Amino acid sequence: MAQRLLTFEIFRYNPASPEILPRLQEFHLEETQGMTLFIALNRLREEQDPSLMFDFVCRAAVCGSCAILINGRPGLACKTLTHDLPDKIVLMPLPVFKLVGDLSVDTGVWFRHLNERTEAWIHTDKIFDRQGPEDRMDNPLAHQIYEAERCIECGTCIAACATANMRADFLGAAGLNRIARFLIDPRDERSPRQVFEVVGTDEGVFGCVGLMACDDLCPMEIPLQAQLAHVRRKMALAALRKKK
Amino acid sequence: MKWTEAHLTDVLVIGAGLAGERVAIEAASHGHQVTILSLVPPRRSHSTAAQGGMQASLGNVAMGYGDNPDVHFADTVKGSDWGCDQEVARLFVEMAPIAVRQLSHWGVPWSRVVPGKRMLPDGTEVEELPEKAGLIAQRQFGGTARWRTCFAADGTGHVLQYAMDSVVVKLGVTVHDRTEALSLIHDGETCYGAVALSLRDGSLRPYLAKATVIATGGYGRIYGVSTNAVINEGTGMAIALDTGVVPLGNMEAVQFHPTGIVPAHILVTEGCRGDGGYLLDKDLHRFMPEYEPVKKEIASRDVVSRWMVHHIRRGFGVDSPYGPHLWLDIRHLGREHIWTNLREVATICKNFLGIDPVDSLIPVTPTQHYSMGGVRTNKDGAAYGLQGLFAAGEAACWDLHGFNRLGGNSLAETVVAGMVVGGKVADFARQQSMSFPFGLVTEAVRAQQERLDHLRRRAHGSEDVYQLRRRMEETLSDNVGIFRTGERLQEAVAILQDLHQRAGQIRLRSSGLGPNPELFAALRLPGMLKLALCISQGALQRTESRGSHYREDFPRRDDDNWLKRTLAYWPQGADLPKLEYEPVNITELPPGDRGYGGMPIAGD
Repeated sequence: MAQRLLTFEIFRYNPASPEILPRLQEFHLEETQGMTLFIALNRLREEQDPSLMFDFVCRAAVCGSCAILINGRPGLACKTLTHDLPDKIVLMPLPVFKLVGDLSVDTGVWFRHLNERTEAWIHTDKIFDRQGPEDRMDNPLAHQIYEAERCIECGTCIAACATANMRADFLGAAGLNRIARFLIDPRDERSPRQVFEVVGTDEGVFGCVGLMACDDLCPMEIPLQAQLAHVRRKMALAALRKKK
Repeated sequence: MKWTEAHLTDVLVIGAGLAGERVAIEAASHGHQVTILSLVPPRRSHSTAAQGGMQASLGNVAMGYGDNPDVHFADTVKGSDWGCDQEVARLFVEMAPIAVRQLSHWGVPWSRVVPGKRMLPDGTEVEELPEKAGLIAQRQFGGTARWRTCFAADGTGHVLQYAMDSVVVKLGVTVHDRTEALSLIHDGETCYGAVALSLRDGSLRPYLAKATVIATGGYGRIYGVSTNAVINEGTGMAIALDTGVVPLGNMEAVQFHPTGIVPAHILVTEGCRGDGGYLLDKDLHRFMPEYEPVKKEIASRDVVSRWMVHHIRRGFGVDSPYGPHLWLDIRHLGREHIWTNLREVATICKNFLGIDPVDSLIPVTPTQHYSMGGVRTNKDGAAYGLQGLFAAGEAACWDLHGFNRLGGNSLAETVVAGMVVGGKVADFARQQSMSFPFGLVTEAVRAQQERLDHLRRRAHGSEDVYQLRRRMEETLSDNVGIFRTGERLQEAVAILQDLHQRAGQIRLRSSGLGPNPELFAALRLPGMLKLALCISQGALQRTESRGSHYREDFPRRDDDNWLKRTLAYWPQGADLPKLEYEPVNITELPPGDRGYGGMPIAGD
């Protein structure tokens, strides 16, 4: 395999040095076999510019830290092989989220706020009995909840979403999937109507304009379109019942 | 420093993984104000990467019937090679079932028992009874007499962390993410909190608390080659060691997991073998039954990893550009099982190997994975040496694991220790009033500010942080791995001492301003080197083999001389840790045969 010389154009801005305006900086790196953007960015930092800011944690595509724009498309950097990219690779931070510096954005505060707004926890009046057995659940339902719970809050669906880019308060696919996760969980005692109070709005479930980039790009391949449809159906029913 | 920037709280928890968040929930539930510091948003903590499950003796599945805390206790003690504290192990096994059920109450989608007959991969037929339908299911893990590991597919850590954090959000616990504790504020007797660095802008601020808890996880990244996330740099252990009065326990006890994939070193769960997977060599021969006729692939991790390296040394490894490896074969488990119960493994294989394990073999090799050692605490989680300092989870040496941790006991430890230690922290904080010596706080902040300023001035030194770091990683991987000798350990200590001295001469190549990764790396490296020296020196002095610590020149366990725990202190200004020893607390099960892992390993 002939070795390629890759050209990276990377967004640079350090808020601690505001006199240096945001810019794209060019780097060159020889591609190696099996190179991911995790390997490439760390080599650039260690060998060429130690001030280069980016985020990785698990580097195994399970923690959701490393989403960036890769040639314009949001995705997880750690599992992106340079092999699948052209010779020139443009890397930008995710839009929507607050910039920390270079490729690093603040997804943590954004998602904490989302989870507060949607009250993304089990609401129940039951008191936990330390001595008793667990409540039973059918295994297929447990799997269904697990599938919705696989979201890693990476922000890819938010960055890819036209509505989220235009309105700061839109819950986005991650938020709606989170709502679906609690709607199907019988341990959560909120009625669809209570959920409607929170998300039956344009900031919530009716803000989606159906471009479905979220569904195409989700790195966990969560069926976000189906989840949205599920929540919309439930919310529409709740709205109709409310009118009566 | 400005006093307006000081952050006051009843309880300060450093680390937002499962252990830290469980401590925080317990303390907050007792009415305390709690602040959590974390390098990353809590849901990105390395706890989320745990796959296979959490041990608790529920005994709901056919292969787990008859399980109880006594059996779990015996497995844990044998797994630890009698290095664990048996009082702690007893407390732990009794509480683990409560922890699992409470997590269910909080929303964890545990996989459940499905009634009916089924055939296991080894041909055994089992029947799940209808009266157990819908209860929490268990799978098999290594070194256990019964199936005991509760799981949610193979994303158990992820769903546990999300449920745990949902309770943290619900309770409104304050979380400061992108914040790193650089030092503990203490006077040699009492801990008053920590000086912390904002990883958003490089500024310092003191966090003052009645009780401080270290729950920062492991240090795997000092080995370079590790299953651990890149944030696992042992920062919490290092700042405890830096006090000079808090010891780290059993740092030479380092776990290597049998199945890290090659070359990305990402873990694939022990559940692969527990569910019936095999290890194969270059001839596609299943070799483990020859070494472990009874336990085969599911002996404890230290034992399986040792036999794997032994088998590779005998020439049966599969050659690759990244060195020899072995194969993990789960093809016979079938597509349906793999893409439900092992679906994260399947996804990892797809993403990082470009294969589907339904029809392909997985290249694996033993890889650094876990630290049994850590901040030495008593059974309440209170650190030795400082009042008001606690530790929990992998960062602690509570000491549940001794010289080898069983798979599934770490997730269980994070939650159970979180409950126990959290309760003790709450009691402690209730009895304390908030007070701290102003001069001590000012001085602690000044000392860290001086470190930052010194590095940012770039006036002295010539060493490159990344080069020193790589040398440290290579030294540990090459000399302080699965098979150890006095000679290689001596060499490691000498190299690491030199690196530690040179780490004082680092000169930044960049400005060090703002959220500067080179500055952050330079601040961490001296502490990482101290941990590396505690591991190497502890391993050099321990002239026996026990659990994960295997000395080729001392291949037998030596209970007469070494049934004791290493305590490593770092006196101010020293260039090596000072080692002391304490007896192991044995209350129920006297030292005996583990039933697997016969030693010494014979030559060819």
